[in-house]
Amino acid sequence: MSLSTDDIKRIARLARIEIDDAQAQATQGQLNTIFGLIAAMQAVNTTGIAPMAHAQEVFQRLREDAVTEADRRDAFQAIAPAVENGLYLVPRVIE
Amino acid sequence: MFESSISTLAARLAAKDISSRELAQAWLDRIGALNPVINAFITVDADKTLAEAAAADAMRVAGTAGPLTGVPVAHKDIFCTEGWLTTCGSKMLHNFVAPYDAHVIQRFKAAGLPSLGKTNMDEFAMGSSNETSFYGAVKNPWDVARVPGGSSGGAAACVAARMAPAATGTDTGGSIRQPAAFTGITGLKPTYGLVSRYGMIAFASSLDQAGPMAKSAEDCALLLNVMTGFDPNDSTSLDRAKEDYTRDLDKPLAGVRVGLPREFFAAGLDGTVAAAVETAIGELKKLGAIPVDISLANSRLAIPVYYVLAPAEASSNLSRFDGVRYGHRATEYADLDDMYAKTRAQGFGAEVKRRILIGTYVLSHGYYDAYYVQAQKIRRLIADDFREAFKACDLILGPTTPGTAFRIGEISDDPVQMYLNDLYTIPANLAGLPGMSLPCGFDAQGLPIGLQLVGNYFDEARMLNVAHQYQRVTDWHTRRPEGLQ
Amino acid sequence: MKWETVIGLEVHTQLATQSKIFSGSSTAFGAAPNTQASAVDIALPGVLPVLNRGAVECAIRFGLAVGATLNRVNVFDRKNYFYPDLPKGYQISQLAKPIVEHGTLKIAVDDAEKTIRITRAHLEEDAGKSLHEDFHGMTGIDLNRAGTPLLEIVSEPDMRSSAEAVAYARALHTLVSWIGICDGNMQEGSFRVDANVSVRPVGQKEFGTRREIKNLNSFRFLQQAIDYEIRWQIETLEDGGRIQQATVLFDPDTGATRMMRSKEEAHDYRYFPDPDLLPVKLDESWIEAVRAALPELPAAMQARFQKDYGVSAYDATVLTGSRALAAYFEAAAQKSGQPKLAANWVMGELSAALNKAELDIAASPVSAAQLGALVNRIQDGTLSGKLAKQVFEGLWEGAGEVDAIIEARGLKQMSDSGELEAIVDAVLAANQKSVEEFRAGKDKAFNALVGQVMKASHGRANPAQVNELLKAKLQ
Repeated sequence: MSLSTDDIKRIARLARIEIDDAQAQATQGQLNTIFGLIAAMQAVNTTGIAPMAHAQEVFQRLREDAVTEADRRDAFQAIAPAVENGLYLVPRVIE
Repeated sequence: MFESSISTLAARLAAKDISSRELAQAWLDRIGALNPVINAFITVDADKTLAEAAAADAMRVAGTAGPLTGVPVAHKDIFCTEGWLTTCGSKMLHNFVAPYDAHVIQRFKAAGLPSLGKTNMDEFAMGSSNETSFYGAVKNPWDVARVPGGSSGGAAACVAARMAPAATGTDTGGSIRQPAAFTGITGLKPTYGLVSRYGMIAFASSLDQAGPMAKSAEDCALLLNVMTGFDPNDSTSLDRAKEDYTRDLDKPLAGVRVGLPREFFAAGLDGTVAAAVETAIGELKKLGAIPVDISLANSRLAIPVYYVLAPAEASSNLSRFDGVRYGHRATEYADLDDMYAKTRAQGFGAEVKRRILIGTYVLSHGYYDAYYVQAQKIRRLIADDFREAFKACDLILGPTTPGTAFRIGEISDDPVQMYLNDLYTIPANLAGLPGMSLPCGFDAQGLPIGLQLVGNYFDEARMLNVAHQYQRVTDWHTRRPEGLQ
Repeated sequence: MKWETVIGLEVHTQLATQSKIFSGSSTAFGAAPNTQASAVDIALPGVLPVLNRGAVECAIRFGLAVGATLNRVNVFDRKNYFYPDLPKGYQISQLAKPIVEHGTLKIAVDDAEKTIRITRAHLEEDAGKSLHEDFHGMTGIDLNRAGTPLLEIVSEPDMRSSAEAVAYARALHTLVSWIGICDGNMQEGSFRVDANVSVRPVGQKEFGTRREIKNLNSFRFLQQAIDYEIRWQIETLEDGGRIQQATVLFDPDTGATRMMRSKEEAHDYRYFPDPDLLPVKLDESWIEAVRAALPELPAAMQARFQKDYGVSAYDATVLTGSRALAAYFEAAAQKSGQPKLAANWVMGELSAALNKAELDIAASPVSAAQLGALVNRIQDGTLSGKLAKQVFEGLWEGAGEVDAIIEARGLKQMSDSGELEAIVDAVLAANQKSVEEFRAGKDKAFNALVGQVMKASHGRANPAQVNELLKAKLQ
């Protein structure tokens, strides 16, 4: 299988990365080479094998329900691109 | 002094033969002289370093000093460090002064080890050559026309060039071990879960693990003592009794079974590297180790599996870089979506974008089972191979990389060639096993060759024991690049 | 053509924990923007989630309360999409292995009982809030709410009318408040409903294409939105149109639904197990401890009220509208020994007064013991219904206990027949005209005489006794 430039544009759109036609074409070639490498995986029979999502077979540890965080808004917003009245500003959101 | 081991430096500090401030200043001076050539550091801040060194000296006066208090180290720029620019090698974070310390940084601070600065790295740890850094390629101190490996290339180069006694690195698919091999130093990736990932900017969460990079196995053991420990802020951090990783360094190797995976000595391995590794096996035999033939049959699939899983996790991990709360934001845009798309197109470099796109694709509707789930299943097969292998051996040994350091620009346009560098290192990440690389010779161009050890889960002390015993009878690890004075 | 409506609800309940689901930030409502948004909540690089035990326990409690399967191992997934109120660019949720599956909830509409199946309930994190007031043409983002624990409760498409949907939503609202996992405050967004609505010709097996109405935060809006949507869908189909799957918003001002612009684009959420969180294991001992601590549930209590107190199914549902109300009723019923009368007073006079004063049952100025005592005085004939209302007013004003109010205000029903006879005689003497009219066959005149006697007795006369006495005197 191979990706079309439309595929590239669709996933770039999903990933919110601007891409023009020339970049989409260049990327298409590179990604298809990489997927050529990945293809080796497809022939393996994995019937009955449980997917391995984590490196360790352990269960989630649970935190006690307690408030432990103090207000650090000023420190956090000192590095923000745009804030006003304690809010992060973004281009208008339309629901 | 620049050749001193960490224990020697610690002893001099303890004897008040030298202060941490003096030590830090000396290293800062050397960084100042060599960094323009090597480009190992993204950020050096002498005032901050000296303030931390002064704090270490104060600990000594107050009697609260620990075994390594005062020894300066360099930190990979992937660790959030409060008050320090923390870029992760990316334009996206070119203005990100972290408002908190990573758990690893907290541990070094608490132990009184001042930071010499933030080391250069492949952007978001994605790369095997350090060429993907927004802050420019790092030069290999053994040959400045060559790469130091990656992604912890700055860390490796600064230790190799003696610009820091030791450094922290992170390893997702070989990012500690491969650059350690390329620069002739010793680096260790611990068992997944031993070192907290809190504050370490995530690449592939289920694979990322931080570890020490230093001149010797002994130094690595000392640093590992500082870095490891349970962290309630990381759900994958393992709550285990604290170990002293130096405890077995001096154990004799008699009877230790060293597994040699057939697949790691097959086609694709450079002859000089193979020969150096064979010689190292000979040395270990002399020390009483017993070579055992083993097979890791599914390891041939490690690269395909890795290049599905790591980009998948990365594509999601890097979604937070959207120009809203911190970091780069495009200055001109039409609307919200355009702001996102331009911010991310400008802030990320080519390799990072490539991996985000791969990851987005393999998780997208209709492809998830064929790619992501299939890769997770084969990941288990790879881990099972190790489990089986460790029934027959105590430790696995082989080359760290198929070849030695390549030239800057040599394969930077060929992602697949680049990815093949991590052929031998990725399997340990997929399984969550500890691995390390130590120098075992040089090729005809005088470039270092790395020997890789992979231990069973939590068997770092044994790995360090074997490495240390090897380093007692060899001097590869004490060699340093000429011409960098 | 006859149409059938099919409705399924997805309800987001904010869990009543102190701290967020994956961080130690406070979940308190109403703080200044972003002052309860920690490093984890704003998704600084490098931060990691750690799961709140309290949130998991809320889900266990809910699962037990709806007789569901609790998945002993459940898994958190990432749902990936970009939105400014979603700081990580993904929401941590549960897709393939939710904590709760296959529960049921009984509802009653017009005294007909129906069981609604609950497909699943999963834990997830809430998003922040976008504030659309004008910031120079920009939107402001407040992340205080980001990371608040949610239990998303998804029903099967088992409801066939807006009334059933509202009954289900109300029953669920009662239940989650009852078991203490949600404060139920709909104005503050603690209980938000999405309704999936479709229509199909009666008899057709396949479901029609559904449209999802998002974020309904009152039962009235839920009813209005569904009714509008049903009408709109039927009209569209009858006009030869087709329904497109869509996400819509309800506008309370126009009473209509409209397509959400931001949701027009097809989503691909790229769910995958969150590598930062491990599978969650529920120990049997934990489940059993939670089960042991569960209060008697509304359904069981309704059955018991019907059986023990003889109240109707409808009344039992009303009386178990909240745990506090049920406890109040039960205390009043036991104090008085007159459960049905007590039920009438709780649902009638008391509820009306509380509603008027906008008070919760917990803040009632009249205690259950006082209401019970009042019911006793009605039962033993001391008070007529009318007098009892006056005593109730006294109780509400805090004028003292029941007997003291009766005494102080002279509200005791006349029991002395001599006293009453004197009043009757006086009334008859003073109203000769009415007496004559009555004797001439005008029944209405009799009622006028009763009224006069009641008036003369200041309402203390027993109306039955007055009737009797008047009849005797006029014959």
